[in-house]
Formats: sequence, C-alpha cells, structure tokens
Amino acid sequence: MPADVQGDHLSSSIATELNTRGWDWYVDRIVSIGVFVGGVSAIIFIIGIFVFVTREGLDFALGSLDLKEFFTSINWRPTSERNPTYGILALMTGTASVTGLAMLVAVPFSLGAAIYIAEFASGRTRESLKVLVELLAAIPSVVWGFIGMSIMNPLIIEMFDVPVGLSVLNAGVILGLMAAPIMTTIAEDALKAVPDSYREAAEAMGATRWQVIFKVVLPAAKHGLMAAILLGVGRGFGETMAVLMASGHAINIPTSPFDSVRALTATIAAELGDTARGSDHYGVLFTLGIFLFVITFIINLIADVVVKGVGRQK
Amino acid sequence: MVDNAPKLSVRNLSVRYGDKQALNGISLDVFPNEIFGIIGPANSGKTSFLRALNRMEEFDANMTVEGDILFEGQDITAIRNVYALRRKVGVVFPLPVGLPMSIYENVAFAPKLAGIKKKAELDEIVERCLIRAALWDEVKDRLDALGSLLSGGQQQRLTIARALSQNPELLLLDEFSIAVDPVTTMRIEDVLKELKEEITIVLVTNLVQQARRLADRTAFFLESELIETAETEELFSGVVKDQRTRDYVEGRFG
Amino acid sequence: MSLFARTGLDEHNRRVEWLVRTLFLLMTVLLIIPVALIMGILIQRGAPALSWGFLTEVPTNGMTAGGIFTALIGTVWIVAVALLASVPIGVAAAVYLSEYAPDNWLTRAINLAIINLAGVPSIVHALFGLGAFVVFFGFGRSILAASLTLAVMTLPIVIVATRESLQAVPHAFREACWNMGATRWQTIRRVVLPNSISGILTGVILEVSRTAGETAPIMFTGAAAFLPFLPQGVLDQTMAMSLHLYVVSTQVPDVPDALPFGVALVLISMVLVMNATSIAFRIYLRNKRKW
Ligand SMILES: Nc1ncnc2c1ncn2[C@@H]1O[C@H](COP(=O)(O)OP(=O)(O)OP(=O)(O)O)[C@@H](O)[C@H]1O
Ligand SMILES: [Mg+2]
Repeated sequence: MPADVQGDHLSSSIATELNTRGWDWYVDRIVSIGVFVGGVSAIIFIIGIFVFVTREGLDFALGSLDLKEFFTSINWRPTSERNPTYGILALMTGTASVTGLAMLVAVPFSLGAAIYIAEFASGRTRESLKVLVELLAAIPSVVWGFIGMSIMNPLIIEMFDVPVGLSVLNAGVILGLMAAPIMTTIAEDALKAVPDSYREAAEAMGATRWQVIFKVVLPAAKHGLMAAILLGVGRGFGETMAVLMASGHAINIPTSPFDSVRALTATIAAELGDTARGSDHYGVLFTLGIFLFVITFIINLIADVVVKGVGRQK
Repeated sequence: MVDNAPKLSVRNLSVRYGDKQALNGISLDVFPNEIFGIIGPANSGKTSFLRALNRMEEFDANMTVEGDILFEGQDITAIRNVYALRRKVGVVFPLPVGLPMSIYENVAFAPKLAGIKKKAELDEIVERCLIRAALWDEVKDRLDALGSLLSGGQQQRLTIARALSQNPELLLLDEFSIAVDPVTTMRIEDVLKELKEEITIVLVTNLVQQARRLADRTAFFLESELIETAETEELFSGVVKDQRTRDYVEGRFG
Repeated sequence: MSLFARTGLDEHNRRVEWLVRTLFLLMTVLLIIPVALIMGILIQRGAPALSWGFLTEVPTNGMTAGGIFTALIGTVWIVAVALLASVPIGVAAAVYLSEYAPDNWLTRAINLAIINLAGVPSIVHALFGLGAFVVFFGFGRSILAASLTLAVMTLPIVIVATRESLQAVPHAFREACWNMGATRWQTIRRVVLPNSISGILTGVILEVSRTAGETAPIMFTGAAAFLPFLPQGVLDQTMAMSLHLYVVSTQVPDVPDALPFGVALVLISMVLVMNATSIAFRIYLRNKRKW
C-alpha cells in the first residue's frame, strides 16, 4: 500500500483518511461518556443522600423543631401522647461516651499494632498479621452486637459484679475492637509511606531502632496517623447495630462506664420501624439523619485535608 | 530523491514540558522514501521531536506543542481523527515495551485495529514483521509466550516488529539499537535500507556512525535548537557551515 | 558498630530495643487474642445448632426452632441484585477515574464524594434508601430497594479496588497501544482490563462479603423480620441473615441458646470465607508475574 503513495491525488486521499472518524472513534466517545456518568454518579449519590434524607426531615426541621430543645434537652420522648419532646443531648452524650471509650481502647492498640507490623515484623509474619487484621475488619457489625449481648454482657456482670452488662463499657470495648483493625491498616499505610531514606539517614547517625521510630518515623507520619484516628472516630460515631445491641439502649447521661446509654444512630434504627411517614417522630429521625450526615461529612473533610497536608509536606 | 513534495513538513515547532523548553522553533522537511537522521547530544530535544510528530502531547498533560506539522500537506493538529494519523506512523522508543499478551498478539494488534480479521493474513503479517525485526528465528516456536516477559533486546525487536505491523508510511525510530547486539543491529539496518523503498524513516540516533551508514540527510540538534540539516555525506566530510556540528560528528564534545 | 567491643551503652540500647519490640508485639497480639477467643466461643456454642437441616429448613415456632433457609436465600437475593447495580457503575467510575479523568476540580469532587459515600453512617444510608427507593421511586419495601441502598453504600469498595487494579497496569503499555493508533477504549479493552480483571474480581468478592453482613440499611428498605416463604421477585420483601441474627437475639422470646449462636456462626463464616477467598486470590495474583 504505502509503496504507491505518491503525488497529489493520493495525498488528498490521505487528507480524507485523517479526517474521517471511524466507528472506533465513536465507540471510544460513547464509552468515555458512559464511564463519565459512572464517575459523576458518586457525586449524584452523595447529593442524593443529602437531598432525600433532608426531603423527609425538612417539614419537621422547619416546622415543629425547636433547635434549642433539640440540642440542650436530655428528654427524648418522641412517643409521648401529650407532650412529645425531642432533646438529643442524652443521645449525644451516649454516642460520645461510647465513641470516646472505643478510641481509648482502639488508638493505643491500633497504633501499637501498626508500628509493630510496619517497623518490626517482616516477611511471613508481616503478611500473616496484615491478613489477620483485614479479616478482623470484615466481621459484620450485627455479629459484634451479638457478641456484646451474649458474651461480653455476662462477662461484665460477673467480673464487676454489676446488675447490667449492656453499657458504655460493653459498647465501647466492642466498638474499639471493631474500629481497631481499620485504624491499624490506615496507620500502617501512613508509616510505610515514610521514605526509607529517612530511616537510613537517622540510623547512619547512630540512632537505635526505637529512636528512629519515635524521633523520625512517627513525626513524619503524623498526619497519616491523625487521619487514621479521625476515620476511627467517624467509624465509631456512625456505627449502628453493634452500639444498639451492646449499649443497653437506655436514655441516660452516663456517670460511670457501667451505665447504659443510647446512641444517636441506634435511636434511628430502633424507632424508625414504628413511625408513620409524615409524623413528627418520623421527621425528627430524619432530622437526626441530616445531623449525622453533616457531622460525618465534616469529619471526612478534615481527614482528607489532614492527609493532603502530608502530601504537601513531602 | 528530494525533488518530491515533502512527506513531512515542520515549521517553527516548539515543545515545552511545563516551563522547560525542550525544542525551540524547529523547521525542517522530510521527503518521501528517505531516511532522515537526527543526531545531537543528550537532552537536545530529539525524542521530543518524535513525540510531537505522533501527537503524544495528548498523553502528557505537561507537554505543550506549538508550530505546524504537515503530514502530506495536512496539518496534523487540525485533523479530525488522530488515531488514523497514529496508525500511519510507526514509532519505536528506546525503552522497549512488550505488551502483556502473546508475541503473536503483540504483532497482530495493529493489523486487527486496522480491521484485518483473516487468520492467514494475520499469520503472514506476523511472520513478515518478526523476520524483518530479526526476531523470528528466536521466537517462531513460541509465538504464544508473553511478549512482556522476553529479554530486553527481544522486547526491543518486538517493538520494532509492532511498528512495522502497522504498515506505516512514516517510521520514527529513536535509538532503536540501544538494547540490541551489533550483529542484529546490522541485520535490522539492512532491513531499514530495503524499507525506505516503500516508506519514509526518521532515525534518531546517538551513534553518529549509524546515521552515517543509514541516513540520506541528517539534522543536528543542540540545546533545543536545530543547528543545521545537510546531506549526510557533506556533514561527515566537513562541508558544513557550523563549527558545532563539525565538533560533534568528530566526537569533540558531548 | 560490631567492630568495637560491646560497651555498656550498647547493652542498654539492645535491652530497650527488645523491650519496645516486645511491647508493640504484645499490643498486636492483644488486638487479635480477644477476637480469637470470641470466635472460639461462637464456634463452641453455635456448633450444637448446626446441621444440614439448619441450613435447609425454614424457621418455625415463631423463629425459635427450625432452620435459616429463607434468610440464607434472601441474603443471596439481596447480594445478587446489589451487585448487578453496583458492579457496572463502580467499574465504570473506576475506569473513568483511572483512564479518562483529567486532573481537575470535578475529579477531585468525585474522589471526595467516594470518600464520603464510604464514610456516611450505615443508618443514614438506610434513611436515604427509605426516602429515595421505598418512597420516592415507589419500589416499596422490597429486595430492589434494599439492594439499591446497599449498592450505593458499597460502591466505594468496587471503585477503589477496581481503580487500584487498573492502575497496577504499567502506563507504558497504554502508551505503546495509543502510539499504534488504538483509541483509549481499545487500549482498555485489549490490554488494561484483561490484566486487571482478577484484581477487580477481588474487590467484588470483598463487596459481596460486606453486603451480606450489613443490617441497618436493609431493615427499613426490604428485609423483613419473618416471612414464611421465599421471595418470588425483586419487588418482594425477604428475610436476610444479618437481620435474622438481630431479630432472634433481641426480639424473640424463649429462643434456645444455641440458635442465635448458630446464625451468627453461619453469617460470620460466609463473610470470612469470602474475605479469605479474596485475600488468597490477591496473593496468588501477586505471585503470578506477567511483566
Ligand atoms: N516527559 C517529560 N517531562 C518533562 N520533561 C521532559 C520530558 N521528556 C523530556 N523532557 C525534557 O526535555 C528536554 C529534551 O528531552 P528529549 O528527551 O527530547 O531529549 P533527547 O535529545 O531525546 O535526549 P536523549 O539523547 O538523552 O534521549 C530534556 O531536558 C528533558 O529533561
Ligand atoms: Mg531521547
């Protein structure tokens, strides 16, 4: 073919060829539009979540909701015939106490495990530990809740000689065990992201292994570790089934770890089934949903910014 | 030979990577059925020139190209189907890339894109291209082996075979012999001399002697500029205007 | 350092090093031991409930006897429909992000949306599913509504896993194809996808395991506490394993002790087996060199 390409006649045929779009050109176009729609769908879904949750809760939020009562009252009595009140203060303290205790459990252990896996373990051990941590992260939350009820509950009653074992302690420990594997994975990634040249430079200056870890690696991975903790907080905050089943689900401002509490998420899960669409109770549960959505959005945004901070640092 | 209309006509071509100027206002013509050599020290912009010819700025958000490139009189930045252009231009870059598919599929890839479906026809193309790339004898018994697991030199020749399988009108070679032994290099060079009866070749090379052996005309690039273009024999016999060119071909710098 | 005689300081350092190492090992082990113990207890107390009949019979006597057949099949339905929705969308999104997306604000917004989809509490996904699929689109409480809710929720898993395996294919292969005149799509179809399909599958298995275990998002969108029959189509409600565990352990009086343990054991086995498969698959792939 190319041998006889000569002269003006054929050059113009080349011009035609270079300007003719074949089916493959159009197929590529169509695919690129199709996958673009797929990509944008993530944005559509996140907006959709906000819109639809708001849509169901808006009537109530704009109408009957008393913002001051909502945030400062400890009385959550949505089913009261005469005088329903919608105060979420107790629910917030419930969520906060359980999440707080969970972080107390999860942060040291997950950071410790991440340091061990990233800095000390090697080869087979490292791989096995990582796989194990990944499997732990896979246990469904309803199973964790069940463990809280059926294994932790009697254990706590017996160990501490208390009347109920479904409490801040129970839910906190369960939630800690749930969040730890995820936090370990993220923290380990952050530690691994510290370039080996940092470690080598410090070692060349005669620093010992633990000095290298504490003085060089941890400070360098600081942002990633903070993001890991934040995501753990987000996870604990948003957890529903496990907290519902292990916390005792009683409205209470806790004064000790053995008190039963009720969490924001659990309240929605427990009550939504009994409400009629359009009722105030239904509306307030969706308003809670908006609240949860906004808070997690902020947590994720902060975590994202924190991680980006690492990127800029390098 | 040079009395035809140019196959390729470059005017005032500049290439930048971000703020870094890689090629500055190059103008030259390449005529049908010649081997056009490009020599020059490292970082002088030779590879960037070839990249611009295949419109590779589209793969690299950092790369910008200005100026005119006319392929058979057609401005390649104005065409509506860039894929048709790339199918007519075969390229071989110094880093060999065997695709992670069988050797056979590597070479049949471009013909299939061009719509060739008949097994016999594909077989014929695969064999012809592998023979021309001096790879056939080594791989003819294992055409279903993965192209990406061949040795570096074999992958280099596989890349050449792939470029030939496009049945290109313009073949752009960038230091094609970098990973190939001297004897095989000679065999491929002989093939190139035969090929120029059919197609036009632009040959970027670090080996000044390779340009002398193969190229009809040769351009000398230095620090993003085209210093001069001349008949290869003139360039090597010292009949050139620019002292820097003479120094370079005589190995006095770079 | 070993060239010099061991000094007191050296000895001290070695001890501290050993101590630190042991401390961190201990923390790792303490993370794993309780879970191992819990698994042991689950197996010990759930095993008596397990039998072939437990898997193949429907629950009877107000769910205090019989098996889990309807819940098991219901979970299969929910997972299958969720996959049908999320895998095409997720793979498309990943292909866009990895192969087509320019580096601009929209791409950053998509990435942020993915992070948030993964981070929104499951109960908020439940509210969304109720408000959107059950009420607004009028699917009612149904497998379709429940599965779509789960599909949205697990979309990030598919996207992230797919994007990672697409990006594991070296860029040089793409350029080689483009240089021969292949379009982006031809390159994706002939080179990128064939070399990342197993990685995508790994992500899908992971998604299956996550979908099978979720409870909150399906409670109000399509899963029922008790149904005596199997679903006939996607607009029917169904029982599901995860919700069944919640119901038998909290809502039903006089359940024999072993029953919820048996349900938990089956559920956790399903999830862990799928996860282990996905991990094994990944390790196998990593060892199979293609370039
Ligand atoms: N992809 C790229 N991104 C940024 N800068 C680049 C890129 N490719 C080349 N450059 C820069 O552009 C300049 C010209 O490079 P080019 O590769 O064209 O030179 P060359 O003549 O082919 O050199 P060599 O003989 O070493 O192959 C160099 O300074 C190089 O650093
Ligand atoms: Mg070069």
